[in-house]
Amino acid sequence: MPRFLSSRPDSRLIPLPWELPLSQWPEDHLVALPRGISRHVVRFIKVGNAVYAAKEVLEHLALHEYRLLTELHRAGTPSVEPLAVITGRLGSEDQPLDPVLVTRHLEFSLPYRSLFAQGVRSETVGRLLDALVLLLARLHLVGFLWGDVSLSNVLFRRDAGEFAAYLVDAETGEMHPRLTDGQREHDLAIATTNLFGEFCDLEAGKLLDDSLDPQRLVDSILARYRELWAELTGAEEFSDTEMFRIEKRVRRLNALGFDVAELAIDTSPDGSRLRIQPKVVDAGHHSRRLLRLTGLDVEENQARRLLNDLDTFRARSNQASVDEAVVAHRWVTESFAPVVAAVPDDLRGKREGAQIFHEVLDYRWYASQREQREVPLLEATAGYIRDVLTTLPDEAIAPEAVHLDGRQLANPYDPSAGFVDDSDEPMPVDPWEDIEESEPEPGPAYLDIDALRARSKPSPQ
Amino acid sequence: MATVSFQQATRVYPGGDKPAVDKLELEIGDGEFMVLVGPSGCGKSTSLRMLAGLEEVNEGKIFIGDRDVTDLPPKDRDIAMVFQNYALYPHMTVADNMGFALKMAGIPKAERDTRVMEAAKLLGLEEFLARKPKALSGGQRQRVAMGRAIVRQPQVFLMDEPLSNLDAKLRVSTRTQISALVTRLGVTTVYVTHDQIEAMTMGDRVAVMKDGLLQQVDSPLALYDHPANLFVAGFIGSPAMNLIEGKIVEGGVRVGDFVMPVAREILAKAAGEDSLVLGVRPENLVVAEQGLAIDVDLVEELGADGYVYGTMAGLDTAEKLKAQQIVARISTRTPPQRGTSVKLNVADPKLMHVFSKATQQRLND
Ligand SMILES: Nc1ncnc2c1ncn2[C@@H]1O[C@H](COP(=O)(O)OP(=O)(O)OP(=O)(O)O)[C@@H](O)[C@H]1O
Ligand SMILES: Nc1ncnc2c1ncn2[C@@H]1O[C@H](COP(=O)(O)OP(=O)(O)O)[C@@H](O)[C@H]1O
Ligand SMILES: [Mg+2]
Ligand SMILES: [Mg+2]
Repeated sequence: MPRFLSSRPDSRLIPLPWELPLSQWPEDHLVALPRGISRHVVRFIKVGNAVYAAKEVLEHLALHEYRLLTELHRAGTPSVEPLAVITGRLGSEDQPLDPVLVTRHLEFSLPYRSLFAQGVRSETVGRLLDALVLLLARLHLVGFLWGDVSLSNVLFRRDAGEFAAYLVDAETGEMHPRLTDGQREHDLAIATTNLFGEFCDLEAGKLLDDSLDPQRLVDSILARYRELWAELTGAEEFSDTEMFRIEKRVRRLNALGFDVAELAIDTSPDGSRLRIQPKVVDAGHHSRRLLRLTGLDVEENQARRLLNDLDTFRARSNQASVDEAVVAHRWVTESFAPVVAAVPDDLRGKREGAQIFHEVLDYRWYASQREQREVPLLEATAGYIRDVLTTLPDEAIAPEAVHLDGRQLANPYDPSAGFVDDSDEPMPVDPWEDIEESEPEPGPAYLDIDALRARSKPSPQ
Repeated sequence: MATVSFQQATRVYPGGDKPAVDKLELEIGDGEFMVLVGPSGCGKSTSLRMLAGLEEVNEGKIFIGDRDVTDLPPKDRDIAMVFQNYALYPHMTVADNMGFALKMAGIPKAERDTRVMEAAKLLGLEEFLARKPKALSGGQRQRVAMGRAIVRQPQVFLMDEPLSNLDAKLRVSTRTQISALVTRLGVTTVYVTHDQIEAMTMGDRVAVMKDGLLQQVDSPLALYDHPANLFVAGFIGSPAMNLIEGKIVEGGVRVGDFVMPVAREILAKAAGEDSLVLGVRPENLVVAEQGLAIDVDLVEELGADGYVYGTMAGLDTAEKLKAQQIVARISTRTPPQRGTSVKLNVADPKLMHVFSKATQQRLND
């Protein structure tokens, strides 16, 4: 009898064929979506109209990852949402099967391989790295030591002109009250090694723009991270004639998307010098404000864009004196909602609502420039749908994963299994494998003290 | 090649009230395979990061060879930290999968090729170098991962739970391969695990830690046969050593209605205490005429040998649930039956351990 551990149980999970190894699940439970490579068996499963990610993994790791993801989620750090761990699985011959960790499939998420497969300009790579670095800094701020930073362990979502990064793989993570510099450096060392490998792999697969060099890319990660970390946590000293620097620091942090919840300000005994240091910063400066005003829950840069549009709306309609929340409500009903509602159902899988709104604003700006007139929002929306949206690939759940990297996957559900056209020459003889094969399955975990004694000299009594 | 030495090395985390690693004193020989083992949170990873230069040493010193590295940055220490990264990149050949970190370190191509070839020979992977990793088995993937570490040719390898995400079978075969390889290479290695079986089967010596304190460091057999204290006694070995508390009486220690004889010199060391803890390995218990009366709860047969699990006889159900389990290794020719009662005695009294309850130390020698 499988056992379900979950704080938000979804009863539709119960009748799934848990007695089968994930790799043998019938196709009618599966969806082929783009995803990163993995050591474990990972499948996307359909449960009613929801899509979940299922990963078969050792019990202690499944529970550890479930708990950590729950904690990260609670701390508001971008990460996939854990749903359940299924333990106690028995196969058809009553052999024990590894537990499965189930997370909610992150909608509109883009694994880096499918982004690169579409061809990525070098500025875009820079934006992806910015998103990754921001995620890493946010994780470090809450005391999370990741231990396996890599592009494969991140999902990207479009965020206005930028990207937002989410953590998907917390298996090696540890949570501490505060990380030391050494712990952060450790994560950075892991990040650079893994990303260097991943960029070399893209290069070998001819998916990396020629102007990009793996070494320079990983160097830039370090530089970006250090700069961001210094801004988020570093102390600044100045004389009492430069008080404006307090305000300036807060604004810079806001611009980076952070609110300052606690700022330590120390003065020298004679009061002539000040030292400021942010103690607690919370990401989501713009998205929180937008959520409060409109109830829209969107990514940070999308929120920034939407708030700008809201400000313009307010100025235009001469409502400067009207309560902000009232204007915000009118903006949603008169601007935002009509644009999103204009998107035909069959195109909704291509972009998420807030992203469409952002892209429509861009489209309108260019159209207005071109036509030397102010193009109305709904007209721009229609033009955007006609000229842009229809030509875009589906990103909500894109079944073109089968042709990842322009090549056909050997197994549409598993990119780790390589490509159809990889050499299928017979494997060379490997004597080590025969030795491994001939070893018996290990029984219960006992220490074989007799074998140990036989190997060593008898210990003196 | 190099020795490693921790000299009273201490790490207190900012805001921490007690050290995560407390005055660690540990000498690791040139080419030695040293395993740090202990329960989660005992300070193993912190010790490793201190050696790597990633964690500040608040007190004490660390030496690699005769160099004091206490304040050297990581890159100047000539160590390789092996993390669990064994993602294999699908577009790259096995050779590139093994050598990419050297490329990042700026090592010239010719040198990289030589090192990758040498490592491949050691790992039986020459035939695979030009292939893509697609069809490699789990074991072969593990070997490529080991290759990644070997090609770096450091003075010291640091490995933090590299096997923790492998299934049981792969874990067993890989641990054999790692220790064989490291022995052949003769590179000093510090290996961290929470799994005492892994520690005992891999280490030349094993350092047992608890709460930031080194409890004992010794060869696996010495730890097994001469545990310095109750913690080591209970932690090392599985099934674990039976640790049975009893009252000191004339000539021994009384457990239930049986008196285990204990030598006068040992009892003398416990002056002022009224009870002691006896430690008996499961293989040092035999079914006998006289001994501790045990109700047999479970018999597990594993080939010629097996284990009997039981509790002290004569307890009622409620007491039984709380009672300590006694484990004996027995020959399965005439195994006791579940639900019956047997008497267990110590086979070789010289191998019985006696611990002070007050100091937790072993009193035998
Ligand atoms: N909830 C999710 N939503 C979307 N994609 C997901 C989700 N969970 C996993 N994936 C995809 O599956 C891939 C593999 O998952 P994951 O990294 O957890 O596997 P893994 O075997 O632990 O990987 P690794 O080899 O890095 O340890 C990810 O790269 C990601 O693309
Ligand atoms: N950044 C930190 N801040 C405070 N305590 C920490 C931090 N990192 C680790 N610790 C604590 O230090 C102790 C030792 O941790 P660690 O070396 O990771 O142990 P192990 O590797 O043996 O599991 C634990 O109690 C852990 O919680
Ligand atoms: Mg992963
Ligand atoms: Mg993982």
